[in-house]
Amino acid sequence: MIQKKSKKGTFIAMACILAFLALIVLMENLTALVPGAPAVFKPTSQLFVVLKKTAVYGLAAVSMNLLTGFTGLFSLGTAGFMLLGAYTYAILTVPMASKDQVYYLFGGSAVKFSLPDLFGGAETLPGLVLGVLIAIILAGCVAAAFAWLIGLPVLRLKSDYLAIATLGFAEIIRAVFQWQKLGPITNGANMLKNFPIFSSFNIKDAGGKVILRLSTFVPFLVATICIVLIVLLINSSYGRAFKSIREDEIAAEAMGINLFKHKQLSFCISSFFSGVAGALFAMYATNAQAKPFTSAMTYEILLIVVIGGIGSVTGSCIATFLYVACSEWWLRFLDNEIILDSGAKVPFLRAGFRMVVFSVIIMVVVLFFRRGIMGTKELPDLFKRKRKEGAK
Amino acid sequence: MKKFLALALSGVMMLGLLVGCGQTGTTSGSGETGDKIVKIGVYEPTSGDSASGGKKEVLGMQYANAETPTVTVNGEEYKVELVISDNGSSTDKAPTAASNLVDAGVALVLGSYGSGVSMAGGPIFNDAGLAAIGVTCTNPNVTAGNDYYYRICFLDNFQAEVLANFAMDKFDADVAYLLGETGNEYDQGLVAFFEQVFTAAGGTVIKKSFPTNNSDFTTYLNEAKDAGADVIFTPVSIAYATQIVTQAASLGITAPILGSDTLDDNMVLEAAKGTDIQLFVSTFYQEGGSPEFDAGIKNYINTNSTAKDSNGGNDTISAVTAMGYDAYYVALEAMKAANSVEPEAIKAALSGVTYTGVSGAIAFDEIGDAIRDTAYIKTAKTADGTWALETVQKAG
Amino acid sequence: MEYIISVLLSGISVGGQYALIAIGYTMVYGILRLINFAHGDVFMVAGLMGIYLSASTPLYVALPLVIAMTAVLAFLIERVAYKPLRSAPRMSVMISAIGVSYLLQNTATYITGAQPMTYPSIPFLSDTVVIAGTPTKWAVLLTPVLVAVLVIGLTQLINHTKVGMAMRAVSKDFETAQLMGIKINNIISVTFVIGSLLAAVGSVLYFTNYSAVTPTIGALPGLKAFVAAVFGGIGSIPGAVIGAFIIGICETIIKGLPAAWDVSVFSDAFTFALLIIVLVFKPTGLFGEKATDKV
Repeated sequence: MIQKKSKKGTFIAMACILAFLALIVLMENLTALVPGAPAVFKPTSQLFVVLKKTAVYGLAAVSMNLLTGFTGLFSLGTAGFMLLGAYTYAILTVPMASKDQVYYLFGGSAVKFSLPDLFGGAETLPGLVLGVLIAIILAGCVAAAFAWLIGLPVLRLKSDYLAIATLGFAEIIRAVFQWQKLGPITNGANMLKNFPIFSSFNIKDAGGKVILRLSTFVPFLVATICIVLIVLLINSSYGRAFKSIREDEIAAEAMGINLFKHKQLSFCISSFFSGVAGALFAMYATNAQAKPFTSAMTYEILLIVVIGGIGSVTGSCIATFLYVACSEWWLRFLDNEIILDSGAKVPFLRAGFRMVVFSVIIMVVVLFFRRGIMGTKELPDLFKRKRKEGAK
Repeated sequence: MKKFLALALSGVMMLGLLVGCGQTGTTSGSGETGDKIVKIGVYEPTSGDSASGGKKEVLGMQYANAETPTVTVNGEEYKVELVISDNGSSTDKAPTAASNLVDAGVALVLGSYGSGVSMAGGPIFNDAGLAAIGVTCTNPNVTAGNDYYYRICFLDNFQAEVLANFAMDKFDADVAYLLGETGNEYDQGLVAFFEQVFTAAGGTVIKKSFPTNNSDFTTYLNEAKDAGADVIFTPVSIAYATQIVTQAASLGITAPILGSDTLDDNMVLEAAKGTDIQLFVSTFYQEGGSPEFDAGIKNYINTNSTAKDSNGGNDTISAVTAMGYDAYYVALEAMKAANSVEPEAIKAALSGVTYTGVSGAIAFDEIGDAIRDTAYIKTAKTADGTWALETVQKAG
Repeated sequence: MEYIISVLLSGISVGGQYALIAIGYTMVYGILRLINFAHGDVFMVAGLMGIYLSASTPLYVALPLVIAMTAVLAFLIERVAYKPLRSAPRMSVMISAIGVSYLLQNTATYITGAQPMTYPSIPFLSDTVVIAGTPTKWAVLLTPVLVAVLVIGLTQLINHTKVGMAMRAVSKDFETAQLMGIKINNIISVTFVIGSLLAAVGSVLYFTNYSAVTPTIGALPGLKAFVAAVFGGIGSIPGAVIGAFIIGICETIIKGLPAAWDVSVFSDAFTFALLIIVLVFKPTGLFGEKATDKV
C-alpha cells in the first residue's frame, strides 16, 4: 500500500482496503444475517464501540504520525485541534429544533442555521450525508486555519520547545471554548448534543426498525479515506520533502526545500485531519464538550503513535486498536473483585487496578520495544519479506 | 530477556483477550444452572476527577445489595448481582464503559455520578433498550430527549432556586459571590440558575470561574471578602470544596458558604471540622432521617475495609450513598412491577414505579425526572464534625 | 488596598511553590535536555507519602522520611525509565517520562481509592499570621526565604564544588564529559535526587497551604514550573526562581481581576501565552546563556 510504485501494488492495496470495509459492514450485520452468530457480534457489543473509537483515534494517531514520524516535528497540540474540529462540527449540525434545549442556559444559539437542516433535515438522506460531510470538512478547515496561525510563531522553535508551545496552545484553546461569554456559540461549559451521530447512519425501514447497520462503517469510511489521503501525501514529492526535513534540516534546506513552508504545510495538513478526527470524536461520544480534550488525551494519542512505531501508518492503526481494546475492554475484569470457587479473593483486584496494569504494560513497551510494533515498516513490508523467505 | 518479555507480554494480552471473550460469551440470558441470577449494571466513575463521589454512590448500592441480595419476580427468586463499570469520569471513556454493561447482559443500569458521562452513555443504553436510572446526575439534558434515562434526584435549577431562596431568607443576602469550575457543566449550570433567581429578587452577584486543577482559592475568597459578599455559593466538586473550605477557614472568612449536593460529603465535613466556617449544603438526604439505614450502613462500612477506603476512611454518610441505596431499591421495585427481568419489560414498568426510600418519596414524571419538591439544607457542626439539619426547603 | 496585598501574598505563595518545583525541572533539563513530565507527579507522590507516613509516625520522623523516600523514588525512576534510553532519541525519553507520569497517577488513584486526601497540619507552618489585615500562613512567608536560601546554596554547589563542576560539564557536552572521566550516570542521578529533594520540600509547603492531595494535582504545577524554567532561561537556577514568581503573581492577579471582565478563566492560558511569547522573542529566556543548538 505504501512505497509501491507499481500499479499492481496500488490495485492490491485498494482491494484490501475495500475488502476490509466490506468486512466491517458484514461484521456489524452478522447477527441479522446469521441468527446463531457469537455474542461478540451482537450490534450492541463492546467490539463495535471499541472499533468506532479505533477509527477515531486511529485517524488522530496517523495525523500525529504525519507530523512526528514523517516530518520530525514534535507537536503536542493534537487535543486542541481535535477540540476545534469537534466544536465546529457540533455547532454547525445541532438541529434547529433542539437548539433551545441544548443552549438552555443562553436562551438559544447565536448560530441561526444548521447544516443538515439546510439540506432538508438530518432525517433525510441528502440532509444527513451532505450536512455531516460539509460539517466534517469545515471542522478540518477550521483546525487547519488555526494551525496556520499558530504555526507562524511556533514552527520556528525546535523540538521540545515546539512540543511545549503547542501543548500550551491546546490549553489556551480549551480555555477559550470554556469561556461562558462565548456561550451563545460554544454553549460554555455545557455540552453540545443532539447532532447527527454514527448511529444516525443506520438504515431503517418505515417502522423504525434497523435493516442495515452502518454505524461502525461510517467512521471507518471517513478515517480510511483520510488515511489514504495522508499516505498519498507521504508518497508524493511533498512527502519526500517532509522526510528529508525529518532526517536533516540543514541538508534539506541545502537541497532547496523551503523549511518553514514545508513545516507549515505538514502542520496544517496534520491539523486538518486532527480536526476531522475531532468531529468524528464528537459523533462517537455523542456530545461535544471541551473537558475531555486535555493534554492527557494528547499523551494517549502520542503513546499510540509510539507503540505503533513512529513513522509507520499501519503501525499506528494496529496500535490504536490494541490500545483501546486493551485499556477499555480486555482488562476491564481487573477492576472488579473476583472471588474464586474456593472463596478466596484474587489479590489486588479492585477499582483502579486496570489502569495500573495498563500503565505498566505501556512502560514495558516504551522501554523494551523502543521501535514499537512496526518500527518504520508498514504492513505490506512484512508480507514482502515473508514472501522472499518463502522463495528461498 | 527481550524475547522473554515479548512472550510474557503477549501472554498477558492473550489472557486479556480470552477473559474479554469469556465475559462476552456468558452474557445472554439471565438464567444459569442453580440459582437464577439477575444483573444490575452500575455505571459509575471509579477513576478520574469524580471518582470520589462515584465510589460513594457505588457504596450505597453495594450495601443495599448486601442487605437485600435477592429479588422475587414472578414467583421466582433471583440473586441480584452488581456489575460495576468504570466510566473514568470522562466522556471519551464513557461509551465503552456503557457498552461493557450492555455486553454483561444487565437488566437495567444505575448511574452515573456526573451528568456529562451520563449523557455520553445514554445513547448506548438507548440503542440496547436498557433503562438507566440516574442517581445524582442533575443536569436537565440527561433525561430530555432520552426515553430510557430516568433519574431519582432533583435538577440543577431546583437546587439552585432552593439555595438562592435560602440565602435570601436566612441571611438577607444582597450580594452573593458565585464560584464554579471553568468548563464544568454542573458548576456553571448551578451558578447560572442561582444568578437568575438571586438577581430576579433584587440581589447582585459577583461571578467567577477558576481553571481546572486550580488549588489556590485565596484570591477568590479575598475578593469575596473585599466585595462584602453576604454569602459564597460554590457548587464545586469534592476536591475543590475541601480546598475552598480549608482556605476560607485560614483566611477567617465569616460569610456563610453555600454548597450543592456535591459538598454533602464527609471529606468536606472533615475539612470544616474544628474551624469557624459556616457551611450550608442542599442535599437529598439528612442523616438521622432513617436511623435504621444509618446504623446499618455504618456497621457495613466499619466491618469492610474496602468500603471504608471508598468512603474516605470514616463512616459519615454522604448523600450520594443514600441515593445509591435508594436507586438499588427502585431497580428492584421496577423488576417486581414488570414481573420480569427482561430489559424492555422493566423499562415499560419503570415510569409507573413509586418507592419511598431513605431520601424521600420517589416517582417519575413524563420526562423521566423524579418528582421532588423538597430539598434538605444541612449545616456543618464544625465543633464535632457532623451535619445538622438546618431546614427543609420547598421550591417556589 | 487590603485586597491588593492579599492578591500579592497569594501570588508569592503560588510562585514560591512553582519555584521549588522549577529548580528541579531546570536542573534536569539543563543536563539531560529532558522535559521530565513525571516531576510534578513525584511531587504529588511526596504529598501522599506525607499523609500516609504522618498517620503512622510522628511528624519529626515522617517529614525527613518523606524527603528521603522521594529522593529514592526519583533515583529509581531515573535508573529504570531514563537510563536505558540514554542513547535513544530524545523523544523516546520524553515519552518514557509521560509513561512514568501515567503510571504514578494511576497507582496513586489505586492506592488512595481516588479520594482526595487531606494533608496533616504541621505546627508553626500551618499557623496563621496577619499581615496588613490579611491573614495568611507561615508557610507562605517562609517559602520565599527558603527558596532564596536554596538558590544561594545550589549556586554555590554548582559553581564551587567538584560535583557542580561535573554537572556543568555534563550539561555542556555529554560525550566530552564522559571522555574526561566524569561518571555521567552518577552525576545525572545526583541531579535527579537534588531535584526531587526540592520537590519533596515543596510538597510539604504546598500541601500545608492547599491541603487536598489528588492524583492529578502535580500535573499542572509541574507544567507551569517548566514554563517558569523556560521563562527564566533553561539551566539558570535564579532565572527559574524569578520566572516562577513572575508567573505565580501574574496568575493570581488575573484571577483577582474584576468579575465583570470574566477573565479568570484564562489564568492558566496566560501562563502558556507568556511561554510562547518568550520562546518566540527571546528563546533563551530571561537569564539563559546563549546555548549552541544541540541538534
